[in-house]
Amino acid sequence: MSVMGTRVVRIEDHKLITSGGSYVDDLREPELTGAVHAMFVRSPIAHARIGSIDVSAAREAPGVVGVFTADDLDIAFAPGPTGEPWLARDRVRYVGEPVALVLTEHPYQLADVAELVDIDYDPLDAVIDLDDALSGRTLLFDGTDSNVAGGKAKPFDEKLFDDCEVVVTRTITNQRVAPAPLEVRGAACAWGEDGRLTMWLSTQNAQIARDILAGGLGVDPGTVRVIAPDVGGGFGAKIGADPEAVVLGWASRRVGRPVRWFETRSENLTAMTHGRGQRHTVTIGGRRDGTVLAYRLEVVQDAGAYPRAGAGMLPGFTRLMAPGVYRIPRVEVATRSVLTNTTPIAAYRGAGRPEATAAIERAMDLFAAEIGMDPAEVRRINFIRPEEFPYTTPSGASYDTGEYAKALDAVLSAGGYAELRAEQARRREAGDVVVLGLGIAAYVEITAGDGMGESGRVDVNPDGTVTAYTGSSPHGQGLHTSLAMLLSDQFGVPMDKITIRHGDTDEVPKAVGTFASRSLQLGGSVLKQAGDQVIERAKEIAANLLEASPDDVELNVDQGAWQVRGAPSGGTVTWAQVAAAAGEDGLSADVWYGDVQPTFPFGAHLAVVEVDTLTGKAVLRRIIAVDDAGPVVNPVTFQGQRHGGLAQGVAQALLEEMSYDADGNPTTATLADYPFITATELPDFELVDMATPTTRNPLGVKGIGEAATIGSTPAVQNAVVDALAHLGVRHIEMPATPQRVWQAINDAREGR
Amino acid sequence: MIPVGFSYRRASTVDEAVGLLGEYGDEGKLLAGGHSLLPLMKLRLAAPEVLVDIAPLADLRYVRTDGDTVAIGALSRYHDLHHDEVLRQHAPLLAHVAGAIGDPQVRHRGTIGGSLAHADAAADLPAALLASDGVLVAQGPGGRREIPAGEFFLDPFTTALQPDELLVEIRVPGQDGVGWAFEKFTRRSIDWAIVGVAVLGQSVGLINMAGTPIRATRVEEALAGGANPAEAAELAAEGTSPPDEPHASAAYRQHLARVLTGRALERAAGRVPAGL
Amino acid sequence: MKVTIEVNGRSTVEEVEDRTLLVHYLRDTLGLTATNVGCDTTSCGACTVLLDGESVKSCTVLAAQADGHRVTTVEGLTGEGGELHPVQRAFSNQHGLQCGFCTPGMIMASVSILAENPKPTRQEVREALEGNLCRCTGYHNIVSAVMEASGQEVDG
Repeated sequence: MSVMGTRVVRIEDHKLITSGGSYVDDLREPELTGAVHAMFVRSPIAHARIGSIDVSAAREAPGVVGVFTADDLDIAFAPGPTGEPWLARDRVRYVGEPVALVLTEHPYQLADVAELVDIDYDPLDAVIDLDDALSGRTLLFDGTDSNVAGGKAKPFDEKLFDDCEVVVTRTITNQRVAPAPLEVRGAACAWGEDGRLTMWLSTQNAQIARDILAGGLGVDPGTVRVIAPDVGGGFGAKIGADPEAVVLGWASRRVGRPVRWFETRSENLTAMTHGRGQRHTVTIGGRRDGTVLAYRLEVVQDAGAYPRAGAGMLPGFTRLMAPGVYRIPRVEVATRSVLTNTTPIAAYRGAGRPEATAAIERAMDLFAAEIGMDPAEVRRINFIRPEEFPYTTPSGASYDTGEYAKALDAVLSAGGYAELRAEQARRREAGDVVVLGLGIAAYVEITAGDGMGESGRVDVNPDGTVTAYTGSSPHGQGLHTSLAMLLSDQFGVPMDKITIRHGDTDEVPKAVGTFASRSLQLGGSVLKQAGDQVIERAKEIAANLLEASPDDVELNVDQGAWQVRGAPSGGTVTWAQVAAAAGEDGLSADVWYGDVQPTFPFGAHLAVVEVDTLTGKAVLRRIIAVDDAGPVVNPVTFQGQRHGGLAQGVAQALLEEMSYDADGNPTTATLADYPFITATELPDFELVDMATPTTRNPLGVKGIGEAATIGSTPAVQNAVVDALAHLGVRHIEMPATPQRVWQAINDAREGR
Repeated sequence: MIPVGFSYRRASTVDEAVGLLGEYGDEGKLLAGGHSLLPLMKLRLAAPEVLVDIAPLADLRYVRTDGDTVAIGALSRYHDLHHDEVLRQHAPLLAHVAGAIGDPQVRHRGTIGGSLAHADAAADLPAALLASDGVLVAQGPGGRREIPAGEFFLDPFTTALQPDELLVEIRVPGQDGVGWAFEKFTRRSIDWAIVGVAVLGQSVGLINMAGTPIRATRVEEALAGGANPAEAAELAAEGTSPPDEPHASAAYRQHLARVLTGRALERAAGRVPAGL
Repeated sequence: MKVTIEVNGRSTVEEVEDRTLLVHYLRDTLGLTATNVGCDTTSCGACTVLLDGESVKSCTVLAAQADGHRVTTVEGLTGEGGELHPVQRAFSNQHGLQCGFCTPGMIMASVSILAENPKPTRQEVREALEGNLCRCTGYHNIVSAVMEASGQEVDG
């Protein structure tokens, strides 16, 4: 019987709940014996020239093995005026930028020694505000004439809105947030006697990390082995390897000792990349009957101090997904990325798509409010209809499949939309202090949008067990369970006879890894293809053993054995027998799945908030979600991904923001200050199921890792605004802090 | 992060603790539950050279009545206070507030004496003690002395305790039958109060409305003069100087103080006799 | 200084630096690495263990303060024969963990919650877990796990 779509408890769990995972700081591998401990000395100033660095006192301190600065590094860094150094040389550009490296015998000595590194900074004007950055008054990089790192302002079509009866425009901030995986960044590395570097790294992509390390260290990729041990969450911020990893590999070679590094949370919140950080100017126009005719989105992406994914990739996805689920005849998007003296911005759960959705979903509500129509109705009028797929948007995306109206109707029905509207009206009528708000978001996103492939290898071992090597690199998603379910179904082998391996570049040399919700659709599809090849080969071997023609034998998946078709009594051969007969090369297939196409999960969320109109506090009471990512392999982990996505999306709407003061000092650099969402700020989640397959991969599946994050943020933001609509409030920026909500109420009452 | 190195000493009697404090002077710090001090030390915002651990002084963990007074041992933990039947009956405001501090793990470690001696204006217990007309009992080389709560909190993180004194007991008049309420306004339940209000009868203590916990004296005077709660609450921000921060401006906090004081007074009025 | 701490039923005696935090005593001195460190500010709860049967954040307790006391980590929950504690079992059954980093602390906090309130409501569980952060699960299934472990209907 097929296990597909049934609730299977994760095979990953047992170790995690008994002895704990093997995260990088837990490793006690023999290669790491005698390791020294590392800490980076980081800039406390947002923008400054480095006058001098005196490491003499630090080098004399007890337990010190080495203190290194950029001057000690004999490895090249990226060329070009905006290249990011491994350690800051001459100039620092954000608080948290690594300036020096301290190595000590005992981890408790690190902070003591780091305090002794005496760095003389000559402060420069800090560029924090986006307009200030765009003005170019202060440039971050010598040899440039602008802080713009990507994109450009373009003249808009003045006639775009000519035939519109109603045009609404507003500037909206999609604030900077911290990915904040519970496990911070960490690494441990050692050079072997064979001249190879092995690095255990908390990463989502061991193979990309290997290439970054090899490039940075100037060695052949074959001399670097990267192993991703258990990884305590990534959310996009652990893609590949950060500059620190290269410095650690260099330092280990320099001192001839293994090196271990596990950053502090304050370092993590200032020196791991942040996410989001866009400013949108939306303009939406259409007719009073609810038809949207034109949409314009101008994006200014805060890239932070160095151009990473924020320079191009994130606004690129925002541009691509700008029109969302709507058939809008005319769409214009312009994006610019600008450098500021803040932590670099890169991928965070959704990476450009949550921003696109937040902009269009806020715009739809602004339009609905302007024409006095229910936001659900406006959406229904403008949805791309099921029969229009595949659908190419004006922004260039080719959507595969979608049932947008069905998704919205499902959440409205499950939530009791009409009753909630009645309750909202009743409270308004009664003049209740605590009012009710309903927020809707309909979304579509792109997963596996990177266009890169993935690898998969399936071995049937002589004992009949199966070992699969995936290029995907799960770090909490439960992908081992999902892949084992797929193979169990395909081979008829019980799950406990299937082992999934990932994350060691010596075992899986060519791979991409996990981001962009790509793992099941690519990592799963390629394993299916590898499995098909194994089965084809096995069929010939089994036919030989059964003395039948290959065309006459079949795999009985219920028994996990090969038999002559239609003659089960004629004897069977087991997988073990087939594997044993496979010869020296074994029974194995190694496949690269290169012809990959992105898929477009979609959904609708309904958020119900209560707002205390005297204090401004907004509390999420309910969130009802459809997140349609096609057929579900394991509902357990599928729901888990939705839950986690919902929480992070809600967090952005209500709580979280990585903040800086005007001088570029982070004001939320600890978990006491950064309002990481907790269990008490969330309700139980109400999930409604839908499954619309894609045509673009062998499994029919789309990605689910980011979907719920994308829908929930605007749903909750729209709900907070909706709660106060009767007071004349049209918009409240995120996060909807009590003070902001209170201010919005005051402004509305005073007609501002 | 790791604290700067220090020497750990353990006191097994109050006299020994007083003696160690005298010996180390400004370089020594008392360690009770450690949940105010150790976080600061880990961030290297505090770096005492010697910690004098007084947690072994188990005889400072008690709640008992002494006539009309409730006496609380300074090393009583928040968790103990929240669940203590004597306190719940005779000083329910304090029992309630103790259960609103931090999270369960913090409440298993943090002590009332530690919180009061730390004197953070954003902490919950100091304002509740002010509203309760509490008295703090300190012991030093010269013996014991009593300090009224109103004279205890001098400046931010500064109290009337001498460097060689430690808190041994907190005394409050019994609150039986007196209405009370506690309003703690936070973004997340785990957060420190943006503003908090502790009301006991017609006494009002304010959290985070100045550099120290304070009484809302104008409110109390108005109530004494016959004003109703709504009228009195309008005066809650008079004379306050709350922190002015991006996510909570001084003006917003003053607004909250008025709203929360109004709510607390209404709830306290409705909660006679008292109970959790 | 020398400390004597009973950890998971076994007496441990070790010489440590005075400033040693209990979490590092467990992880580095004893090699019990399930208990994790997720912050510097007593915020995240990943380091939660039981001290004399009650949940504490072991990053904010000195090993010296635990001298003479009893500590239980998630490694000590499993029975002699490997049978799972009801809270461990419920976390897996309800998918109350994803990356697993917060999980040992979350499980120990949950054990302590149920010791003090054996039949909590879902809302009470949420409030009692306010000191334990999780980035993966959105907490829903963690609450469900605690409900299952309490022997109640998961949906409350």
